[in-house]
Amino acid sequence: MSDPTHAAVRRETEDPMSSQHDPIVTPSRPVAAAGAAAGQPQHLARSVTVERLNAWYGDQHSIKDLTLSFAPNQATALIGPSGSGKSTVVRCINRMHEEIPGARASGRILLDDTDVYAPGVDVVAVRRAIGMVFQKPNPFPTMSIFDNVAAGLRLTARKVGHDQVESALRGAGLWEEVKDRLGKPGIGLSGGQQQRLCIARALAVEPDVLLMDEPASALDPISTLKIEELVQQMKSRVTIVIVTHNMQQAARVADQTAFLLDGELVEVGATEKIFTNPDDSRTEEYVTGKFG
Amino acid sequence: MEAGTLTPAGERRSALHRSPAARLPDRILKWGLTALSVGVIVLIAYFFVRLIVESRPVFQQVGVVNYLFSADWVPSKELYGALPLLAGTLITSAIALLLGIPVAVAAALFVTELAPRRVRGPLTVVVDLLAAVPSVVYGLWGFFFLIPKLQPAERWFADTFSFIPFIGGTVTGPNYFVAGLILAIMILPIASAISREVISTVPGEHKEAALALGATRWEMIRMAVLPYARGGIAGGAMLGLGRAIGETIAVTLVIGNAPVIGGSIFQQGYTLAAVIANEFGEAASNELHKAALIGAGLVLFVLTLCVNGVARAFVVRAERGTRAADQPAAGMAT
Amino acid sequence: MSSLAFAPVSGRRRRTDKIARGMVALLTGVALVPLVLILYYLVKQGIGAISLDFFTTDPTGSFLGDPGGIKSAIVGTVLMVALATAVAVPVGVGVAIWLVEFGRASKLAHAVRYFIDVMTGVPSIVFGLFVYITLVIGNVGGSSFAAWKGATAVALLMLPIVTRSAEVVLLLVPNALREAAYALGAPRWKVVFRIVLPTALPGIVTGVLLAIARAAGETAPLLFTAAAVNATAFNYNDSMNSLPMLIFKNVGQAQDRLVTIAWGAALTLVAMILMLTLLARLIQRRSRLS
Repeated sequence: MSDPTHAAVRRETEDPMSSQHDPIVTPSRPVAAAGAAAGQPQHLARSVTVERLNAWYGDQHSIKDLTLSFAPNQATALIGPSGSGKSTVVRCINRMHEEIPGARASGRILLDDTDVYAPGVDVVAVRRAIGMVFQKPNPFPTMSIFDNVAAGLRLTARKVGHDQVESALRGAGLWEEVKDRLGKPGIGLSGGQQQRLCIARALAVEPDVLLMDEPASALDPISTLKIEELVQQMKSRVTIVIVTHNMQQAARVADQTAFLLDGELVEVGATEKIFTNPDDSRTEEYVTGKFG
Repeated sequence: MEAGTLTPAGERRSALHRSPAARLPDRILKWGLTALSVGVIVLIAYFFVRLIVESRPVFQQVGVVNYLFSADWVPSKELYGALPLLAGTLITSAIALLLGIPVAVAAALFVTELAPRRVRGPLTVVVDLLAAVPSVVYGLWGFFFLIPKLQPAERWFADTFSFIPFIGGTVTGPNYFVAGLILAIMILPIASAISREVISTVPGEHKEAALALGATRWEMIRMAVLPYARGGIAGGAMLGLGRAIGETIAVTLVIGNAPVIGGSIFQQGYTLAAVIANEFGEAASNELHKAALIGAGLVLFVLTLCVNGVARAFVVRAERGTRAADQPAAGMAT
Repeated sequence: MSSLAFAPVSGRRRRTDKIARGMVALLTGVALVPLVLILYYLVKQGIGAISLDFFTTDPTGSFLGDPGGIKSAIVGTVLMVALATAVAVPVGVGVAIWLVEFGRASKLAHAVRYFIDVMTGVPSIVFGLFVYITLVIGNVGGSSFAAWKGATAVALLMLPIVTRSAEVVLLLVPNALREAAYALGAPRWKVVFRIVLPTALPGIVTGVLLAIARAAGETAPLLFTAAAVNATAFNYNDSMNSLPMLIFKNVGQAQDRLVTIAWGAALTLVAMILMLTLLARLIQRRSRLS
């Protein structure tokens, strides 16, 4: 299967596959340089494979020999009780884990076939390709809505086109609500809107993978539903890993679900199977609410 | 009722009321301290009024506008134009800010964001130690060490960059630049401490957001740290400015005390504070001269009042802005 | 293959990052240089003057003969700063107590805080002017220049520092402590003096020590309030010498010996201030509150 080397060659071309009929218009995506045949998905995102990941906070061994893969263009949910290491796994994927003083990780995490922990790999480049949305919405307080979305783009390009920002905001389902006030401060939005602003900000740099660490846990139910709709729509462009302690949410949005307990992977499989007929008894106890 | 005393049943009936005598210490405390606090206000106001009263003779003689904007300060001829003093105060303070604030902010940034943990404490202590050196020692060191050491470099600079206004020309030992440099060193600790304070309160979530977008360390600082901290940093700079404006002893020892507006920053000048320190001795018997110096003190007081007012405004606004950032608008379902 | 897996970070961004961080480190280094230079020069020039005689003889004031020592200056500084502290601390802490326990957020408290803030920004020479106008001109107390008037100017300087730091510390005392005492039926004054103040004491002492360190080094307030004489004086109603004044007077002198005296006095003064600052930080570290 050809590996689209779109990372190195980015050409703004109108994707012939983009549908004008979706309520949320998927923005144009650069076509793979190796020639995209019609019939391929809109954008082939990348797979993420975690191999024998171990992570520590100081002396505390929090992730133990974890191996897990995330299929491209799919949403995978990580569920498990508090302290099971879900957030840590996700933060290892984009190498945010090492930003914590005293924290370290070992193992391999492959984006397609490149190990993000390989020596010589630039952390900054990894984080560009793997985006993140945090539990608490964190738009930059001193920036306007436009500047917030453009923030990541401005790192590599001096001028950011209005259409790029619009595109990202549409992708986050926020365009209609803010199109008339792009100059207003980002923190003036409601909690749910702020989180979608953060999603737009992450999408603007066109990552291959989007990590979402309990993105709706700080939001009201209606905002939560909107976020879940977004996850469904974004799947066509990015591979999504979503951490959640809300099992119903996992059931709603994820194609695949992984159950973590005490830093270990207990079971992973199709979401429906995990919730109706899991293999491991611990999984069954968790999803039926016996603990956690 | 004293805490911890047992009361028999009979006394308990009246135990809910305290006798006036028992309440007396509380009232003395309250009213005594209130009087003290009000006294502070009264005292400062009184001082302000006396400053105005005692300086009135010179304003009556030469007029306020003339006093502030005439460039001739010649006490022997009863000419009291304070413009050279004002100019000197502003020039030296400007130099102090230009040289001192970038260094102060850099030191604050380094300590909070870039330095390895073990170095942070000692570095902070060293920068803060600058505040322990009294101004007369700064003047002493400036006079005997800095002035001679800097002169060749100043001369080279003045000759090489003489096309820039206020740079070229003769270079005197004591001059505006040395005074500004010493002031810059003196305001370093306070500007750096305030900047450190503000920079360390930048919430980690904004820094993480920047890093997660694929920003380098410096880009993260530019995106998430500096914009958040800029209000507080400006406030710290204003406080440093206030300090620089009022500094007397260190300045008078290195500025040359010439009541003229120097042609370049490498020439002698005078400041409002320095003139008071210098000429008070000889003005003892001359009423008008004394009034002129008190007038200079009044101008100095008003200047520092304004600068500190601006500083407070910055700090308050910065606090309000960051408090708003920490509480997203209440989630109306959207 | 793997080198193209991630969009490479442009060389420009890498360079900017390195340069910017280098500049920040460089400027930080620049910040450290003056202190090193000053301390070095201070020790180098001043150590020669240090001797037992130095501390036990008065300056003679003669230009040609033996310049003497700095005894009167040390005595004067100690005496005047002690008096200033004895006035500034009770008043300062008193105002702080009022702000925290009584005034709180009232309009009057706002006004008091504002004026204390104003005082923080007043240049020290203006305090000297204040005292000169109110106390020296009228020859209040029988003499023109007097040590107690100098001490007053210094006390004015110390007041906002003491109040500010005391207020901060008093606010740190947990309210639960006060409430427990009130719930037991203790009157206000007992809560303040038996509970709040003792808890806040280390922090207040730290603030006072730092204020003293600051005040001991000030010259400007003394210039035309206490003036300076050479002989050791113990009478607060007379002019009194002080370390800052002695240094200031000797800076411009042509005689090397007098200049050396100035450096020796400067070294002594800085040593005193450093010890006070160190003591203050030590107490702060051991305090339960900060």
